[in-house]
Amino acid sequence: MTDPLAQALRSHWWPAVATLTRLLGDLDLAEEAVQDACAVALARWPAAGVPANPLAWLVGTARHKATDRIRREAVRAQKEAAAMAQPDRAADQPHWAPAGDDELGLILLCCHPALDIEVRVALTLRCVCGLSTSEVAAAFLLAEATVAQRLVRAKRKIRQAGIRFTVPPPDDLPARLAAALRVVYLVFTEGHTASGGARLVRDELCDQAVRLARGLARLVPGEPEAAGLLALVLLTDARRPSRVDGRGRLVLLADQDRSRWDQARIAEGDRVLQAALRAGRPGPYQIQAAIAACHSTAATAQETDWPQIAGLYAELLRYEWNPVHLANRAVAVAMAEGPAAGLSLLDSVAAQPQLSRWPQLHIARADLLTRLDRPAEARAAYRAALELNLSEPEREFLERRLGARVDTPSAQPDQP
Amino acid sequence: MKYMLLLRVPQRPAEGTPEWDQMGVEFGAAKQAMESAGVLVDCAPLAWTDSATTVRVRDGQTLLTDGPAAEIKEHLGGYTILDCADLDEALKWAAANPAAVTGSVEVRPILAP
Repeated sequence: MTDPLAQALRSHWWPAVATLTRLLGDLDLAEEAVQDACAVALARWPAAGVPANPLAWLVGTARHKATDRIRREAVRAQKEAAAMAQPDRAADQPHWAPAGDDELGLILLCCHPALDIEVRVALTLRCVCGLSTSEVAAAFLLAEATVAQRLVRAKRKIRQAGIRFTVPPPDDLPARLAAALRVVYLVFTEGHTASGGARLVRDELCDQAVRLARGLARLVPGEPEAAGLLALVLLTDARRPSRVDGRGRLVLLADQDRSRWDQARIAEGDRVLQAALRAGRPGPYQIQAAIAACHSTAATAQETDWPQIAGLYAELLRYEWNPVHLANRAVAVAMAEGPAAGLSLLDSVAAQPQLSRWPQLHIARADLLTRLDRPAEARAAYRAALELNLSEPEREFLERRLGARVDTPSAQPDQP
Repeated sequence: MKYMLLLRVPQRPAEGTPEWDQMGVEFGAAKQAMESAGVLVDCAPLAWTDSATTVRVRDGQTLLTDGPAAEIKEHLGGYTILDCADLDEALKWAAANPAAVTGSVEVRPILAP
């Protein structure tokens, strides 16, 4: 969607679907009705002008569209009654605004932990962000039919299994929120470093992740981890302009042109992070944001505070033990204390099957081996990485490395 | 709405052992909690799989197999039917069931007849 009107409509999608889901008690019907209303807007607004309160107009129109659909289908009589029984808050009131609870309810519904994580991601991009099924499919390199089927199954499970559209009680909120934060994190990591395909970065996924993270941080202002995730996404995404060169080739963090980083985004991310940390309830997203801040606020690669990053990774491992964090810690230790120290940490974890499937581990090993003047082992490590799932720019980068030995100060992968 | 909790357990302790008594205490407590909350419709343990008979009708012929339908590590050891407000409530009761610790609890909505 490049049309500015379509973009504007998409910005209203989340609150519109959320309000309709509450009014109709059915996510599927709500989404279809908002889709219908957007089609009417696209046809009418260019000539008639944009209404004073476009969101209220969309919600009002979608309600009528929903009633039409229900009448057509004729079988959902009680839903029609429900839709029309609610007082008409939206359509005729110029100052009508959506309830934040509805928006929170919608994203928590789409991210319900009883749904498979891949389903949650697809459902959130469709129902919260307003991406079309084909856009979701393109973003994850899946067949459109596969995504469509996932969405149909998800909506059926929500309806049949009795997953309710509601903001959970305070006791349950942390677990439900964590499930939603995880979805946003996955959307962002796939956008930041695509797991396959022609492009390293999927801009549309990064943009949606920023939007979702902003939305969640606004909806649950008392949750520092939501702010932590927003800070992480902003601080990492700020480097997007320099992560590939003019020919779409991967550029390592150390070699990136830092003048192209989005300074406004870095400043915003830093502010959000500082505010989150003041709550005194640290968590994995806040720590990862602090690591991203170390990278994004260093004026040059040489000025990166590697001892601090190594310490933050050690802290992160206390919250969630994860081989990827461990490998990242090893890279930071190598930068702070020398390649031998980092390599011995990497080798202590390299045997784990889960970690050996992570290409960045092999890339980092290859780099440290190169710096220790062990070229044969370095080449073997690059080859091991090439056997794994990589985007085309990553693959091309490794082949360049294998072809001509290039010495750079660090192969720190630019990971969130 | 109504949910059926299918309690799958890896094995069952022998009758008369302290483990058997312990299991009785744990399931008894879980049952009492569901009753006091007013969500329990019905629950019962099942006789173990060695007394199961599986029935299949193929080409009009009834075929009987001695034993459960599938040989898996966890067997259906009992069931619970709950009447809950939503899935979240049913999932909480599933997590509170002793079978969730030793095996697994599958939560299935019961479709209205």
